[in-house]
Formats: sequence, C-alpha cells, structure tokens
Amino acid sequence: MTYRMIAAAALAGSTIFASQAGAVEIEYWQYVYDTRVKAMDQLIASFQEANPDITVKQVTFPYADYQTRIVAANMAGQAPDVMQLFYGWADKFIEGGLIQPLPEEAFPTAEIEAEFFPIVSAMQRDGKYYGLPTAVRSLALFYNKKLLDEAGVAPPTNLDELVAVAKATAKADAGGNLETVGITMDPAGQDHHWWREVLDRQMGGAPYNEDYTQVTYADEAGANALGFYLGLARDEKVTQLGFMDEGQAAFKAGRAALTIDGTFRLGSFGEITDFEWAVTELPANAAGERSNYASYFANAIGAKTEGEELEASIKFLQYVSSPEAMKIWLEVVGELPARRSAALTDENLANPIYAPFLKGLEYAHTTRFVDEAGQRQVAIDMINRVMLEDQPIPDALAEAAAAEQKIIDDAAK
Amino acid sequence: MSDGSHWMHRVSPGATLRWTVLFIGGLIMITPLLYMFSSSLKPGADIYDLRLIPARATLDNYRAVLSDGRFMRWFLNSTFIATCVTLSTLFFDSLVGYTLAKFRFRGRQLVFIAILSTLMIPTEMLVIPWYLLSAQLGWIDSYWGIMFPGMMTGFGTFLMKQFFETVPDDFLEAARIDGLSEFAIWWRVAMPLVTPALSALAIFAFLGNWTAFFWPLIVTTSQELYTLPIGLSSFAVEAAIKWEMIMTGAALATIPTLIVFLVLQRYIVRGVMLAGLKG
Amino acid sequence: MTAETHEQPGRRGLTLARRQALWAWAFLALPVVFYVLIRFYPTAQAFWLSLTDWDLMSKPEFIGLENYRQMLADPVFWKVFKNTFLYLIIGTPLSLLMSFAIAYYLDKTRFLHGFLRALYFVPYITTAAAMAWVWRWFYQPAPTGLINDLLGSFGFAQIPFLKSTTWALPSILVTAIWAGLGFQIIIFLAGLRAIPTTYYEAARIDGLGEGAILRRITLPLLKPTMVFLVVFSSIGFLRIFDQVYNMTSNDPGGPLNSTKPLVLMIYQTAFSSYDMGYAAAQTVVLFTILLIVSLLQLWVMRDRA
Repeated sequence: MTYRMIAAAALAGSTIFASQAGAVEIEYWQYVYDTRVKAMDQLIASFQEANPDITVKQVTFPYADYQTRIVAANMAGQAPDVMQLFYGWADKFIEGGLIQPLPEEAFPTAEIEAEFFPIVSAMQRDGKYYGLPTAVRSLALFYNKKLLDEAGVAPPTNLDELVAVAKATAKADAGGNLETVGITMDPAGQDHHWWREVLDRQMGGAPYNEDYTQVTYADEAGANALGFYLGLARDEKVTQLGFMDEGQAAFKAGRAALTIDGTFRLGSFGEITDFEWAVTELPANAAGERSNYASYFANAIGAKTEGEELEASIKFLQYVSSPEAMKIWLEVVGELPARRSAALTDENLANPIYAPFLKGLEYAHTTRFVDEAGQRQVAIDMINRVMLEDQPIPDALAEAAAAEQKIIDDAAK
Repeated sequence: MSDGSHWMHRVSPGATLRWTVLFIGGLIMITPLLYMFSSSLKPGADIYDLRLIPARATLDNYRAVLSDGRFMRWFLNSTFIATCVTLSTLFFDSLVGYTLAKFRFRGRQLVFIAILSTLMIPTEMLVIPWYLLSAQLGWIDSYWGIMFPGMMTGFGTFLMKQFFETVPDDFLEAARIDGLSEFAIWWRVAMPLVTPALSALAIFAFLGNWTAFFWPLIVTTSQELYTLPIGLSSFAVEAAIKWEMIMTGAALATIPTLIVFLVLQRYIVRGVMLAGLKG
Repeated sequence: MTAETHEQPGRRGLTLARRQALWAWAFLALPVVFYVLIRFYPTAQAFWLSLTDWDLMSKPEFIGLENYRQMLADPVFWKVFKNTFLYLIIGTPLSLLMSFAIAYYLDKTRFLHGFLRALYFVPYITTAAAMAWVWRWFYQPAPTGLINDLLGSFGFAQIPFLKSTTWALPSILVTAIWAGLGFQIIIFLAGLRAIPTTYYEAARIDGLGEGAILRRITLPLLKPTMVFLVVFSSIGFLRIFDQVYNMTSNDPGGPLNSTKPLVLMIYQTAFSSYDMGYAAAQTVVLFTILLIVSLLQLWVMRDRA
C-alpha cells in the first residue's frame, strides 16, 4: 500500500515537474535488435528536432522477454506511451487493456486503407485501427548460387522446378545420410507460414475463413499442400526434418541449396562469406498462382496515456509511420516500407534483393493469429505426428484443425 | 610411503582391471567437457571435424564471445548474487539454527517445525506469487529480485541446528559467566566450533545459486541483469546454432567453477559428504 | 564467582527463562518475517490462485475447481504427468545403481583415488544450462553430432535422439543422470566409509565371501544413505527443467510433448500463456507429488527406527 502511495506521489511529482519545464517526455518501447534500435534512435533524433517540446525515451528489452515485460509494467502501472507489438499479439493487448484505438482525426481510416499495404487490416478491430507499422516483412526463396551452379540448375520459379532443383542439389553420403539438403525443412521457422498461407492456397484451398474465425485447412487442398511439403523429405528425399536444427543454420553453413525465409534474415545472411546467395519470389503453382505471408510489428499507443502525453504520442506515431521514417527504416534495418508509395519505388523494384519481397507483398496474406506461439505449435506438432508417428495426413490435419479451432474459440470467449 | 609399497606389492589382475574400468568410466564422464573445450578452440570451419585435438587451435572464438563484455557482466552478476545470498544464508541459517538448538522458549518447536515444513514446498509453487510480489514492488529485473527468495533456507537452518546441538552447553555457559552478550556467545564462541558445517553450507549455497536457472529466468528481463546460466542460454539461442560459439560460451560458464573446484577440491568433497549425511 | 552468585536473583535467576525467550525472539524476528512473507503467504496464495482464472491483465476471478477439471481433461497434462514419472522411474534406479557400483569399487581403489573421484565428481559442479547445450550438440545428426558420427563410421544406423518421440526423453535423461552422478557417488563413498572396518574383519573371520559381505553387511548398513539418495534424486528428477528447456528450445518439451516435464508445463502456462490460475493448479499437483515422496521417506525411516 505504502509503496503505491509513494509511486503515486512520485508520479504526481514528475508530472508537475514536466509541466513546469514546459516539455513532455514519452516512453517508447521495442525489443532489442541492433539495427532496429539504431534506426529508432535516428527517428527519435529527427522527431525531437521538429518537436523541441517533446522528448522520447527509448527503452528496449530482449525479444524473448518483451511481452512479459509489457505485462509486468502494466501491472505495476508503468506501461509505455508508445510501444511496438507483433500484429499477432493485438487481440491479447486489446483485451488486456494495454493499448487504445488510434484517434480517427489523426489517423483517418480511408487514408490508411488507401496508402498502406492491405495487411495492416490485421490491426483493425470493429472498424478501429489499434496500431500502424513502420515496416513489413514478407517471405522469399533464398538460394545458394554456388550449389545451384555446381548442379547446373537455375533458380526455381514454380513448385515442380523447386523439387527438381532440390533433387539436383541434395547430396547424401554412402550410408544415405543427407550431407547437403536441397531445401531446408524447419517448421518452427517460416515453413509453417509457407504451408498455411502459401501452399494451401496454391493447392486451391484456404487455411481459414474470411475473418480468421474458422480453421478450414482440413480438406483435400490442405492435404495436398501438406503432402507436397512433407513429400520433400519422405518421397523425394531432398531434405530432412530439422536438418542441423535450424534451416537458416544449414543455409549459412552452405549445406542447403534453398531455404524459405523472411526479410529479417537479410542481415544475418549478409555475414556469409563462403558463397554467393540470391533471392527469388516464392515459387508459383502449375497455374502460375502465387501467395505469400507477410507480418509486421506495429506501433501502438498505451491505454493509459492521456493529456499532453497522448498528444505527443500521436505526433510521434504519425512521424514513425511517415514515408520519411519508412525510408530511414529500410536503409538502416532493411525492412520494407509499409506504405505502397514508399515501398514500390523504381529504385526499390530494381534492387535484386528487395524486389522479390516487394512483389510478394502485393499478393501476401497475413494470418490473424490469436496466439502466435500456440498456433505455430499446432502446426509443428501436426508435422511431427506425420513424420515421427506415421499418422495419415488427413487425420493429422483434422487433429490440428480441431486444436487450432479450440485456441481461436477460447480466445474469443 | 607404506601406502605406496602396499599397492605395489599387492597389485592383483583384478585390481588392475577394476582400476582400468573405473578410469575409462571417468574418462567417459569428462568427455563432454573435453569436447566442449576442444570445439571452443576450433575455427568455425572446423567444427564438423570431430577430432578431439583441434587441427588448428585458436582463441578467436573466445575473443568474439568476450568482445562485447556481456559474458564478463553475467559472470560478475552471478558472482555478486551467489556471494550475497551465500553470506545471508550463512548468517541467518546459523543464527536460527543456533537459536533453535540452544535456547529454551515457548514456541521453539513450532518455529522449528514451521521452518522444516518449508522444505516440502517446491520453489516452482512459489514462483508465481513471488513474481506477482516482485511486479508489485518493482523488484522484477533487479539484483534484489533475483536474490530475495534464497536469503534464508530451511535446509541450512536444519543442518546448522544439527551441528549446534553437538556444541556442549558448558562452553556457552562459561561464556555467559564471562559476561558475553548472547549475540557475542553465538558469534564468537559457538560459530567457530561449527566451521566445517559452515563451509559445507557455503559450498552448497554458492553452487546452488551460481547454477540457479528457473527463478532467474523468470525474474530477469534485461541482458544486463542476466546471471551466467541465463545469459548463456539466451546467447546459445541467439548464436543460432553456431556450435563453436555455443561451446565457447558453455566453456566460459564452466571455467570459473572448474578452477574453484580444482583449488578447493578437498573441501568441496568433504562439504558435500557432510551436508549429505547430516541433511 | 561470588559476584555472579550475588547477581543471580536480579539478572538471571527468575528471569533466566524470560531472558532466553527474549533473546531467542530477537534472533528470530527477521527470519520469522521472512518465512511468513516469502514462504508461507506465497504458498497459501498459490493454493488460492489455483482456484481462479487470471491472465495478469484483469482481476483474478474465482472459478472453484474449474482449473483442476480442465487439467484432468487435458491430454497434454496426462502426457506431461507420464513424462515426469518416466524421468523419475528410469532416472532414480538407474543413477543409484550406477553410482553405487562406481562408489563400491572406487572405495576399494587406493591408487590415484582422489584423481578418479574427481573425474566422476566434476560434472556435478558444472552448470546444467551450459552442459545441456554440449549434450544437445552430441546428439545432432551425422555431420554435426559426435555420437551419430561415431555410429556412422562404424557402419551403424543413425539414431535421431532429440528428434524422435522415442529417444528424446531418454537422451535428456542421460544428461540429467550424468550431471547428478558425482554427487551420489560422493554420498555413497561417505556412507561406505562410515561402516566400521571391524564389521568387515569379523565377517572375514567368519569366512564370508565378498558377495555375502556386500549383501549382509554393506547394503543393510547403507540403508539410511540409500533412503536419502532415493528421495533426493527422486525430487531432482520430478523437478527436471534446466536440461529440457535448453535441449528443446526450438520446440520446448517436444517433439510432440514427448519430453515435457511438469515444471516446463508450469513455466509455459504461467509465463508464455499468462494463465496464472491454471499454472498455479499445476504447481499444487507438483507439490502434492513431492509431499507424497517426502512422506514416504519419513515412513521408511520410521519403520527402520
């Protein structure tokens, strides 16, 4: 009790102090990632230059603890004014009273929908937006040029070619153990997205209904999609589940010809010196149809922020969602701008690395996760049941769909 | 000397076989440590060469891991926390153990049984309430937050009580007659008589806190506050399966305890025996 | 002396008991506060929370035994329950058998005794989190992992270790047994050494063989040591966490929950899903299991005395 009183007094004191000084200080939280912190430092510096009466204090935490830290701070009444959150956490954060809707006057819905890539709609609830991203991420196919050249094959453009390239590049030792895989198989990485939002749709299915309240992948299309994915290991023998623990590790070590990963991996793969690599769009199906999975971290305003802190927070959020901020973010972090006009510039589209990701954004889907970790686990377990316990694919799909539906239903309660 | 000739003269084939088997078993026991050190000395490109002696030994991995100062920080955090908690445990557990062993007062039995009963409560059951308490009092992500649950232990109290009971009352009575205060009697007369137990408790407390994982994992959030095991665990995930880096981190987490063990082996083994038998 | 006797009525005599009590409570004041606030109150709170639905963000809501009902209906809980007991039922006898055999022969060995003992004891002082990663590396498939590489070079088939629902739990268990073996050996050595040599001498005079001495003298006299170690290692295996957390970090407790122990489930429920009430109910189950194990110990000891 006493502690609360002291805290309240301290809070009151600091407010008085702030207004006396004629300046507002707001707190911005994001998780630690070297380039993201640097980019935000730059954004804060130029924002403060334009708004000398506002000070933004950046606070960072390791990714693994980031959510816990926000929840703990909220309990202790020390939540940030502006915070970064994964779009998949939106439901939890809204329900928990951590964030507030963006005011319509400052962020008109019509403008958001005209300007931003459609995937930002995942931050919308009951017609109100709860946050906006600076940058977005999508998937693409990374390939090891050296391995492809050695095998004399070109980067695949469709699924059949993908299998052919993987076959041509996979190498096994005398005992039949794979030493180099044609393509990585790492469901805990990005593969579960590839299966869910890309392969399922390419096989003519849809993983969920329109508003992501019903799981609909337990059908023939879903079975074909899963069959194709797992067939890479089981029938084609061009990969091995969990080869070298993580797909990105195998690719980095030069022991995987192909891997599906996101924009955020560009920095890490940039350290590769042993071989050249490049990026291409995710392969199309036989009919030429493509799909992609896009995700992003949005910035949102804390639920308890009000008064002049709220005004300052709105200004800050407007700035970090501006084309100027997006350009800086792309240069420093390498993540794609969330506004079409800032993303689809001639310069970006001519960039061999950015272009495949940008093209993917046009046809990307964003899974409306209610519990990202839980739903990912459902996919991992489904794949393990088929691979380790020989469960028939339709049964595995039905079990996964039921488990995921339960997660979605429980969250809606 | 006689011991030496003893085995020299009576080396039977059975004894030789026994020794050899024990030695091979011992080598298997330290194989993980040997490979950890060996791989930490290999350049990244050689990590798939599984020979024990590195073809090209280098300290580059250590340089890379130590370069940002995080491991040093985690090492200091662990040392600081384990030291503080150990000192507190030694002080309070022996004070309480002494009081329960040597004072006659109403409620003594109740206090003893109450403290003993805490041994039945697993830490895992308390972490959720501790976490809430820490969140409310702002202890999350602080040294005090990591330390407070271990400041006193039922195990140590029980152990010290057992040992203080072997201290003859006459000693204490004599000190009382000399006019020493009760605190001084405990501190200056009784404590020196139980130093073996104190060192045993110190070893257990220090080792336990140095390697503690579950609670520090929950209560720390920023890298600056990590203890060595938590730091290593997060470093290993972050190193994204660069095994030579992970082995170097693991080696760095192991080297300090290994040095302490080699220096204090005799005391540590004796302390473990003592605490194990009495506890 | 005389001065002391004179003072007795005033300073000591009648008030001796009270003075003692005063000092005792002065010494106990802070510890009592500590035990009440940091041990007993949280215990009661854990029981209370187990009857609530609480995600940290809103107020705890009393729901009676709903969490326990949910737990009993949760197949994952039963899987985890089974795993926890597998760690216990395989781990305890195996590690005790091994440590006793090693201690028994080590006790008879004089040559470089301290050196051999150190080899066995060293793993005990390592950090579980660090060594878990070393073992995880050993268990990798062929190009990376030592064990599979050796198997391959001798022409044996690969073992998928951590990637298989059959092998993963034993693989993790080996790591835990390895880490605890040194402690058990030392305790057995201490127990063996506490047996008076005269017993052995008398037995030899009576013409008993080594096997008979082991059965009739050593083992019965080691009973207290064994009971202690059974309980100590049982509690250790029931609370296994560090190894599992670090060895399965990309699919915690997997594959397919085949390695997940109760403590990891508690950790995930509380600190990944923030389902505090449900997690508290799981801790109550853990508490109950450990209580039964401890009470069994008391019962066995009493039986003996």
